[in-house]
Amino acid sequence: MNRFYMVLAVLAVVLGIAVLTLLRTGGTAPAAAAGPPPTVTDDGFRGYSLGQGKAPVEITEYLDFECPVCATFATVQMPTITQQLINTGKVRWRFRDYPLPIHKYSRFAAHAAQCAGAQGRYFEMQDQLFTHHQWAQTGKDPSDLFRTFAQAAGVDLKAYDACMEAGRYAQRIEFSRQEGDKLLVDGTPTFFANGKKLDFRHLPGSDDFKVLADSVVAHSPPHEHQRH
Amino acid sequence: MRHRQAIALLALLGLFVALYLWLHALGYGGAIKCGASGGCETVQTSQWAVFLGLPVAFYGVAGYCTLLVVAIVALRPAALAQRQWSVLLAALATVGVAFTAYLTYLELFVIHAICRWCVGSALIITTIWVVAVLALIFFRSPEPRIGPAAWQRPPGPPV
Repeated sequence: MNRFYMVLAVLAVVLGIAVLTLLRTGGTAPAAAAGPPPTVTDDGFRGYSLGQGKAPVEITEYLDFECPVCATFATVQMPTITQQLINTGKVRWRFRDYPLPIHKYSRFAAHAAQCAGAQGRYFEMQDQLFTHHQWAQTGKDPSDLFRTFAQAAGVDLKAYDACMEAGRYAQRIEFSRQEGDKLLVDGTPTFFANGKKLDFRHLPGSDDFKVLADSVVAHSPPHEHQRH
Repeated sequence: MRHRQAIALLALLGLFVALYLWLHALGYGGAIKCGASGGCETVQTSQWAVFLGLPVAFYGVAGYCTLLVVAIVALRPAALAQRQWSVLLAALATVGVAFTAYLTYLELFVIHAICRWCVGSALIITTIWVVAVLALIFFRSPEPRIGPAAWQRPPGPPV
């Protein structure tokens, strides 16, 4: 009888350790998606964009998903910018990743957005990541939460998981970050208008971009308005 | 006795399976370890993952815990000869199997996803039920043990 209780106790300890191990290892951000890749190659991708190709102004935004200012800009300013400038054909908006090293999960979030983008859901995922930005304040591993976001964005989770596990877009994100370094991006969000860096002294609003777009249009030769 | 020991061991195993699922439902740990199918995530995030306001896995923890405690209590020397413990274990296992059957039906025909951990738990509770029913059918009160001291004791009035 005593031997039986010994077996029971040993089994309880072994199972307890197994459960703790599962809880610790389960669902951590896959290193391939969360960290920088060992090598970087250019896959020719230059960011997801909104707006018409013939828009006279192209704004390139270097963003970091964990950056609160980027989240504020995305949730407060972008709806107006989209409505007044992008949808009207004045501006084309391009998103480039610039994950800051001080942020633990920004590269992982960028990767989640790219994996959603592979399924045509980049903007839906970006919306989820910025709208529910509380994840960036907790410091906790957001793997599970991002899967929920992906599901809400209409992403097929099986393909998403495989993409994240493989770190499929890690090189693309790092390429974008290095590109930002070359362009002297020194914080997020940083904006470029037709390739020229914009130096705002404050977080720009929709009005700033409206003024900028109007100014570019006013000073451009007529034929440039028709570029494709 | 062997039946009750087997039930205790299986209940302990089931308890930890349910505990893992319950802790995950409470937000501990990351994504559930479930293989590439993602079935566990689908099941765990479905509306049927909560029953009467509590995660389904909580009922698993409570059920296996009850089975474990009852099986250990039923292993006391005084309880070994009592058939009612076998009846109680079989009754608890039957409730567990019925609940598991309902959950498995939901997985197969409503959620259309299979959680491997849930399948594991279903196998454990089904085995417990089989053992408990066999224990009930073949219940035999153990013979009273007569140790050497009993027959070597010199005859005389009890002390």
